[in-house]
Amino acid sequence: MLSNRAQVAASTPVKAPVSTRFKRLLKEIWSYRLSYLFIMPFMLCFIAFILIPVVAAVVLSFTYFNAIQAPTFIGWKNFQYLISQDLLFLKYALPNTFKFAVIVGPGGYIASFILAWLICQLPAKSRKWIALAMYTPSLTAGIAMSIVWLPLLSGDRIGYLNSFLLELGILDEPKLWVTDKAYLMNSMMVVTLWSSMGVGFLAMLAGILNVNPELYEAGRIDGMSSRLQEIWYITIPSMKPQMLFGAVMAIVSTFKAGAIGVELSGQNPTPQYAGHLIINHIDDYGFIRFEMGYAACVSVFLLIIMYLSNKLSWGLFGTKEDE
Amino acid sequence: MRSAVAKWKQAFRFKKKSKLNRMDGFQKILTVLLILMAAFMLLPIVYIFNHALKPYHELFIYPPNIFVREPSFSNFVELFLVATSSTVPVTRYLFNSIVISGLSVVSVVIVSALCAYPISKHRFPGHQAVFAMILLTLMFAPEAVQIPRYLVVSSLGIMNTYLGHILPIIAMPVGVFLMKQFMDQVPNELLEAARIDGASEFTTFLRIAMPICMPAVATVAILTFQSSWSNVETSTLFMQDDEMKNFPFFLTTLTNNLANNVARQGAAAAAAMVMFLPNLIIFLAFQSKVIATMAHSGIK
Repeated sequence: MLSNRAQVAASTPVKAPVSTRFKRLLKEIWSYRLSYLFIMPFMLCFIAFILIPVVAAVVLSFTYFNAIQAPTFIGWKNFQYLISQDLLFLKYALPNTFKFAVIVGPGGYIASFILAWLICQLPAKSRKWIALAMYTPSLTAGIAMSIVWLPLLSGDRIGYLNSFLLELGILDEPKLWVTDKAYLMNSMMVVTLWSSMGVGFLAMLAGILNVNPELYEAGRIDGMSSRLQEIWYITIPSMKPQMLFGAVMAIVSTFKAGAIGVELSGQNPTPQYAGHLIINHIDDYGFIRFEMGYAACVSVFLLIIMYLSNKLSWGLFGTKEDE
Repeated sequence: MRSAVAKWKQAFRFKKKSKLNRMDGFQKILTVLLILMAAFMLLPIVYIFNHALKPYHELFIYPPNIFVREPSFSNFVELFLVATSSTVPVTRYLFNSIVISGLSVVSVVIVSALCAYPISKHRFPGHQAVFAMILLTLMFAPEAVQIPRYLVVSSLGIMNTYLGHILPIIAMPVGVFLMKQFMDQVPNELLEAARIDGASEFTTFLRIAMPICMPAVATVAILTFQSSWSNVETSTLFMQDDEMKNFPFFLTTLTNNLANNVARQGAAAAAAMVMFLPNLIIFLAFQSKVIATMAHSGIK
């Protein structure tokens, strides 16, 4: 089966009538039928749970759909409403997401690069344990995370942070860290940053450790004087692929972190929409108000934002053709 | 002869010592700083362990203590007692979680390895397109399209079944991606040699490619376990029967209004520990393999 692959490849002529070329393609596909069989289980799940939902979201975003009656086509109206009239979205979800994403995304990403680099400067023995300590918080992701943090941030004087600050005399009275709208956002960002040293961090760690040490020596001979120069001219360029992987992971985890506000404050929607992110907005319309069409429109908007931020990191760290 | 060995040993020891001594000032300051930082990162974890072991009268004293004075298992007892008196016993949730995570890990590993192998090793028409699609979906969160996912699951008729928990997790592009990047390291000559010896394509995959890719298998298994063990999404959206929901979902019912309310805090802490410990143990067991896999994780 695999032996005729070479023949097929070799006999492909430069120009042939479309019908014969098509036949050749079919023949080639048939000769690889086993490969398709291998990828089929994944592709079926992929199509069912990723591809179809994305396509369906795009289609539904142009409709009015309340989950009971059949969807009716309404054109661009959802999008028009989203960017011109939805006050909750424009006043809370969008600015909140922007603030959250800018600080947690690039902030967490840069922090995990710096941490990874610092850890690599340590002797190999202690390196492992410190890396493990940094990674551990991301293991609590999900519901366990809010249980870990809630008693720490609890609003009365029993809360650890309150009691600690009261003792130091920094505060006069306990603060409502997770239910006051002035602090909820900051609490959310701290907790998310704390747990952000995940897979991307490990990838960057491995990337830094794998940089060819001869490059550093060559750099020193060429007159590099500081470690900062080394990072900028040697470390980052030689681990671009890992940097990109880390960036993609950071973007994904930033935009999908929406439940954290609800979990911390224990209220849905969060108090006075202080921690209302786009993901919460989708939940709100989709599963509380049952305006599926509009919710789909918001999720398409979110997908576009995610795609654009990924394009940006691709531009920064993507490998060019000539490299 | 023996003295030679001792000498060699001593030389080795000396060398090790001198390496430690060579730690310059920068490294020393750095070590201290990073240890402080690590302690800060671990603080909430240390705290949850202690909190889970605190008896009730210690949970709400003022000023609060991080460390437990009289450790007891009363919280765990409460967790299991409180829950058995409700309609669905907590052991049912735990059982569901274990079954779901176990099956998810096994099926994700098999499915993503099967998918990664041809993408990496066969030049079938469209392999680049498939990989590009996986790369593209790597950068998107399925949470964004929950609603159509819900519609798909309900029309497939897998609501309230274990399949409804497992199938959505199988569509995990990160698994295929990591597996494929690692599989690229397997030399083609090795596979070719196996084929010449008459091995079928499946045997080549199972006997040659897979053993080399064990680090990637371990990594994908860990990532899957982490995501399915703490996954609330499938329980809240796709399961209406309480009997089919999983342990993390039960945890959310415990923590409702925990922000203003201290009741059941002990049980919640105990449950959080049940959630966290398996993750930590599995990661500790395979962490060197994870680092080895991550070295190939770059997107070129």
